[in-house]
Amino acid sequence: MDDLPILSLITFLPLAGAAFILLTRGDEAVVARNARWVALWTSLTTFLLSLGLWAGFDSTTPAFQFREHAEWMPLIGVAYHLGVDGISLPFVLLSTLLTPICILASWESIQSRVKEYMVAFLVMETMMVGMFSALDLVLFFIFFEAVLIPMFLIIGIWGGPRRVYAAFKFFLYTLVGSLLMLLAMLAMYFTAGTTDIPTLLQYDFPRSMQVWLWFAFLLAFAVKLPMWPVHTWLPDAHVEAPTAGSVILAGVLLKFGGYGFLRFSLPMFPEASIEFAPLIFALSVVAVIYASLVALAQEDMKKLIAYSSVAHMGFVTVGAFSMTMQGVQGAVFQMLSHGIVSAALFLIVGVVYDRVHSREIAMYGGLVHRMPVYAAVFMLFMLASVGLPGTSGFVGEFLVLLGIFQVNSWVAAFTATGIVLGAAYMLFLYRRVIFGVLTKDHLKKIADLSPREVLVFLPLVILVLWMGIYPSTFLDMMDASVANLVDRLELARAGMAAVDVAGR
Amino acid sequence: MEATTTGDILNLLPALPEIFLVLVGMALLMVGVFGRDPEGSVADQAAVARLVNHLAIAALAVTLVLVLAVAPDARITTFGGMFVLDGYAVFFKVLVLIASVLSLLLSRQYLELVQSSRFEYSALIVFSAVGMMMMISANDFLALYIGLELQSLCLYVIATFQRDEVRSSEAGLKYFILSSLASGILLYGITLIYGFSGTINFDVLGEVFAGYGGEVPPLGILTGLMFILAGLAFKVSAVPFHMWTPDVYEGAPTPATAFFSVGPKLAAVALLMRVMMEPFGGLVDQWQQVIVLISIASMLVGAFAAIVQTNIKRLMAYSSIGHVGYALMGLAAGSEAGVRGVMIYMAIYLFMNLGAFACILSMRRRDTMVMGIGDLAGLSKTQPLVALALAVFMFSLAGVPPVAGFFAKLYIFFAAVDAGLVVLAVIGVLSSVVAAYYYLRIVKIMYFDEATQPLDRAVSREVGWVMLATGVVVLLFFLYPEPLLANAASAASALLGS
Repeated sequence: MDDLPILSLITFLPLAGAAFILLTRGDEAVVARNARWVALWTSLTTFLLSLGLWAGFDSTTPAFQFREHAEWMPLIGVAYHLGVDGISLPFVLLSTLLTPICILASWESIQSRVKEYMVAFLVMETMMVGMFSALDLVLFFIFFEAVLIPMFLIIGIWGGPRRVYAAFKFFLYTLVGSLLMLLAMLAMYFTAGTTDIPTLLQYDFPRSMQVWLWFAFLLAFAVKLPMWPVHTWLPDAHVEAPTAGSVILAGVLLKFGGYGFLRFSLPMFPEASIEFAPLIFALSVVAVIYASLVALAQEDMKKLIAYSSVAHMGFVTVGAFSMTMQGVQGAVFQMLSHGIVSAALFLIVGVVYDRVHSREIAMYGGLVHRMPVYAAVFMLFMLASVGLPGTSGFVGEFLVLLGIFQVNSWVAAFTATGIVLGAAYMLFLYRRVIFGVLTKDHLKKIADLSPREVLVFLPLVILVLWMGIYPSTFLDMMDASVANLVDRLELARAGMAAVDVAGR
Repeated sequence: MEATTTGDILNLLPALPEIFLVLVGMALLMVGVFGRDPEGSVADQAAVARLVNHLAIAALAVTLVLVLAVAPDARITTFGGMFVLDGYAVFFKVLVLIASVLSLLLSRQYLELVQSSRFEYSALIVFSAVGMMMMISANDFLALYIGLELQSLCLYVIATFQRDEVRSSEAGLKYFILSSLASGILLYGITLIYGFSGTINFDVLGEVFAGYGGEVPPLGILTGLMFILAGLAFKVSAVPFHMWTPDVYEGAPTPATAFFSVGPKLAAVALLMRVMMEPFGGLVDQWQQVIVLISIASMLVGAFAAIVQTNIKRLMAYSSIGHVGYALMGLAAGSEAGVRGVMIYMAIYLFMNLGAFACILSMRRRDTMVMGIGDLAGLSKTQPLVALALAVFMFSLAGVPPVAGFFAKLYIFFAAVDAGLVVLAVIGVLSSVVAAYYYLRIVKIMYFDEATQPLDRAVSREVGWVMLATGVVVLLFFLYPEPLLANAASAASALLGS
């Protein structure tokens, strides 16, 4: 298995599919149908290949596996270097899982320019998988940035009424953050003499430099995650994006930021991370409480879920910067869980949006009478988002709180209020949309989930329960890598303490 | 500067491509004059013009081969040290010739459309190509000036080529007056340098200035340096000497604008870089801060002034000012990495800018050229391939990976950070975000807006080929960047003589 460049295959297969779709010609309806099928089969094949990756993955070692290395731009030592470890593998799987689901979810709701739409999604899958498996700074940056192009087009072409504003805001916000990160990466190259990530993970940058690099990376990842106060692009982008666009945005793109913290900020600049962890805690606590309160006041379903994403991502940063085993594991788990749950919630909004063409909460009510299956699915994901034991949401939040409690009980207490508020806004949303008397005329004939929609939700339902009931499957996968990361942070902390003692 | 051959006073071989091209240019004029009936119709004129156009393209292609054939392993000077041929010169000559060929390909259909198809256009492009090659190979201020003027004189005429169009004449006149002023300033700077150092040969000047060893040179030298810098900054249209650019770009016939935005710019950047690194190499401390300032100003003006433009040619003019700012960032670094970065930048810029102009040249409605940005509305539906190509070029100009423009910026930022110019790099990064806004706006108009009046679908075969070729280069550059990078690296080390 080691001889087959399976990681490159997973990364670039979708691109090949996109090229194939681009070349199809002919009658519009035929092209649209072909584009849908090609996209679906390509992404399903990619998903199956990524399952092969999982099967061959050795979770006992923190080392990067399935490594591929080729010279690319030897002039500045940039190589084409791919590989996955226990932290990136789950995200690769998440990306390859959500893409076919998105394509299936857009089967009927996208009727104009189907060809371009499918191309954009497949290109995006390449960028996402490449981002998570890149082991070279410049390669990572290219994937990190390139994902903006398809997403910009998806929001701008197939989005809602204010799509142009949302697309520009999304693009420019992320561009500012990431370009400064590029300069930081170049500075790292000149200090360490390489752009190879595994080498850099072992490299100790001088402490004064770490601070600057850490802040440059923080800006990029904070915008992407997003953290308060640079989160304002998210509600706009989510609201205006088509359903599948929101799914990918919430499910995978937001994880870029969290993954970045775990891959770069923490292991490469451990001392700066320790020094500025309180700053992250403060921003995260504000994000959790503020975003939850804002979510409580939303009238638009997608906006509500968008703000809940900001709150949930606050958990991720708290967990990651607690620098404890449970906290970091919780952060990764929370990201995976949020990837599934928020994706499902956006799909749930998409189901009724396709029928009624409104996201106003006030336009709905009493849906349980006409759509019992829908109500049940919605209930499950709503409770998962709240963090009910037995669902994936609980495991992530619990681990994060467990981790942070050992470090700072105040932060833990404030973060925990997010769970309470989360329950409030989600239950409130659910009550207003699902329960009550069905009085509105346009809802009288609304149909329950179609077989295609059931097929879309089925894998997500299974995963949410699996992750909630038997999380070890996923925790074991990342165990060794997370332990390795925490060890490095402990070492740095001990080093800093020794310097402090010596300084006295 | 190892292995410099200066023994031959008159070794013609290094200048063979230039000599060949001059002869061909004169022959083309003969073909044009004697090949047509003086009383002939417009169509008759166009037929001759087409013939000359094809011949000129072939001649430029042959010259390209000749340039590669005479490319020396080491630095060669001839004509008593006035003319230099090294890897650096070969690199830029190849680019200039590619630019000339592509812009000739773009010009035929447009000139026939506006009833200005005359054979002089192609001949003028050929002569200006000779001028540019001369500039690139200049090793002496006299050679520099002759090359520069030969190039400029052709360009003035090309700018006014659409004679019955007021704007075109205005553009040519403005260009002529302002450019002459700049040439005058340059010449004045050269005389100062000559007066204070006693020579105009780059090699000798380099030794003289290296002799100052970090001390501040006499005021006359400094003044001369600044005048030369101002004159050359005008030629590359860097802020604050950029005022002519938008007007000339807007007024000149579009294929001429396409040529202006790449050919002369490449040659002038090559020249500027050689002058700064070779004769004035010892005075880096004196000129570095000026270049930094010009670079910052160009990037900012290019980014902010383009936002409000509604004419796509004016927008491209400001965009080109911004791009010169980035290129100068590499020069400001004053290192081998910087020179290499500029070379990579200009090479990629050549392809993405000409590609964008190929798309602009296909903007027609009922056989009339339109230049409003709004006219592109809904292009993605009416002409999906042109829209896709233009989108690729716009993302490339904005510097978004994975298209080529990103790699161009990467190498520039690389050099700037390496040289410790972090503030300059940060300003560059931020202005590129501002610039991304207006590039994205074009994508937005093509892809997000509905078409009001669709443009004509017909794209001439030549324009289509240029679009395809440049598009493939820009889009797939990342697959195999090595040839360009390695060539630029060896050419840069040739310039710095290491």
